[in-house]
Amino acid sequence: MSDDATSRAVEAAFTEEWGRIVASLIGRTGDWDLAEECAQQAFAEALKRWPRDGVPSRPGAWLTTVARNRAVDRLRHERMRAEKLRRVAADVARSEPVEEIDDDDSGIKDDRLRLMFTCCHPALALEARVALTLRALAGLTTTEIAHAFFVPEATMAKRLVRAKHKIAHAGIPYRVPPAELLPERTSGMLAVLYLLFNEGYAASAGEDLVRVDLCREAIRLVRALGMLMPDEPEATGLLALMLFQHSRRAARVDGDGELVTLEGQDRSRWDRAEIGEAVALLDRALRHDRAGAYQLQAAIAACHATATAPQDTDWAKIAALYERLLDVMPQPLVRLNRAVAVAMAGTPADGLAVVDELTASGALAGYHLLHATRADLLRRLGRASEAAAAYRAALACDPSAAERRYLERRLAALTH
Amino acid sequence: MRYMMLVCCDPEIEMTPEAQTAMQGEMEVWLSDVNGRGVRGLGSVLAPIIDATTVRVRAGEVVIADGPFAETKEFIAGFDILDCADLDEAMEIAGKHPMARFGAIELRPFREG
Repeated sequence: MSDDATSRAVEAAFTEEWGRIVASLIGRTGDWDLAEECAQQAFAEALKRWPRDGVPSRPGAWLTTVARNRAVDRLRHERMRAEKLRRVAADVARSEPVEEIDDDDSGIKDDRLRLMFTCCHPALALEARVALTLRALAGLTTTEIAHAFFVPEATMAKRLVRAKHKIAHAGIPYRVPPAELLPERTSGMLAVLYLLFNEGYAASAGEDLVRVDLCREAIRLVRALGMLMPDEPEATGLLALMLFQHSRRAARVDGDGELVTLEGQDRSRWDRAEIGEAVALLDRALRHDRAGAYQLQAAIAACHATATAPQDTDWAKIAALYERLLDVMPQPLVRLNRAVAVAMAGTPADGLAVVDELTASGALAGYHLLHATRADLLRRLGRASEAAAAYRAALACDPSAAERRYLERRLAALTH
Repeated sequence: MRYMMLVCCDPEIEMTPEAQTAMQGEMEVWLSDVNGRGVRGLGSVLAPIIDATTVRVRAGEVVIADGPFAETKEFIAGFDILDCADLDEAMEIAGKHPMARFGAIELRPFREG
């Protein structure tokens, strides 16, 4: 096998196996640093030995065994850790020869799920949950994670050390939460993964080449989660939602790096394969008949993704979906989005009524999109001077540079 | 795993006598739950901060101050020592404490090993 093919095999094994190996070592030793270091050494070993000996038929089993042996060596070396050594050694003694280990062993899978829940424990700061998930499950280095979040490497290293320290010293359990905690913890975990995705999505307009593809990592993690929790339709729903958004990545920025609104996007540049997969996933999730926030948002995204042109969009369905979303996510931003859908499904006046209600409630008062939406509806109703005032109110809310240019263009068109 | 559970109060919250009586009842429910489970060791309500005395030694001199050590308006109104399976159990117990709705409950693991 060529060196190139071998390094591709190592890379593929890394993507597939890193989280599994780290999770199983943490499960057996309780030592996060040891787990990460031994996993890293196993991959280094693979890079050295696979070109010479060939890629083993079960790369995951090979890597797991090497990593476990490293852990045994390390712990043997540090005699202080006698108890941990006993547990790992017993484990290795029990396991079959390298090629015989069943990598679909459900215990290993459970370890990965345990690791996910532990990384997303609510007693850790949100930023620490995100960083730990990327380090322990996706195998990103501290340097990569620091670049991804635009913080100095030392800051990120400290954040990770602190989080691992707290897990060890505050008694954060390494387990899948019991039934009474599971719904709440699962939604917390999905929120971390969605945040990770959005972090990548929001930045994808930039030109930062160092930034790792957080969207891809998030999709990969949710995909793994979906396999580990097949009865959790919200996990599948979140995967569908991410794929719908990801499918538009090539069309959402124009040649000048400006964001393009959904309406203005060249739909031929949408990734049809991803949309197809997302539609199938969403169908599967909805069959559970437990539509939560992610499934509903994915269903809304599906309406856009399956419309061949903007004017074919089923706005009535979208408005109805927002209505349902409000039941599970009673947030002002959802009400604002619903107003837009109502306006598109009916008349601008219908939408304006919803926006005015929202304005009267005082929620989102400093949010530029509230004023911008209102301005847009007033403009379409021919109420030019009121629209201009609303555009000015939106500009006063300090929007981003791209949004400012858009609003200024609209305002200029009204007043000339 | 042992935790010091600090029950922190906000003095600006005023409670009606009825609310205070209700709180008493809830405290009893909480106590009988944790005592029944055997996870609570020592614990007590503390006298108000006007009775607190703070001792420092500076440059070899004992400096005594009237009042609590921290100058925040929140104060520690009581404490309990919990011995729980893990943080999840301690969080569950803290979440059921009636003061969690008005003040805050801080869980500090014992430094062990």
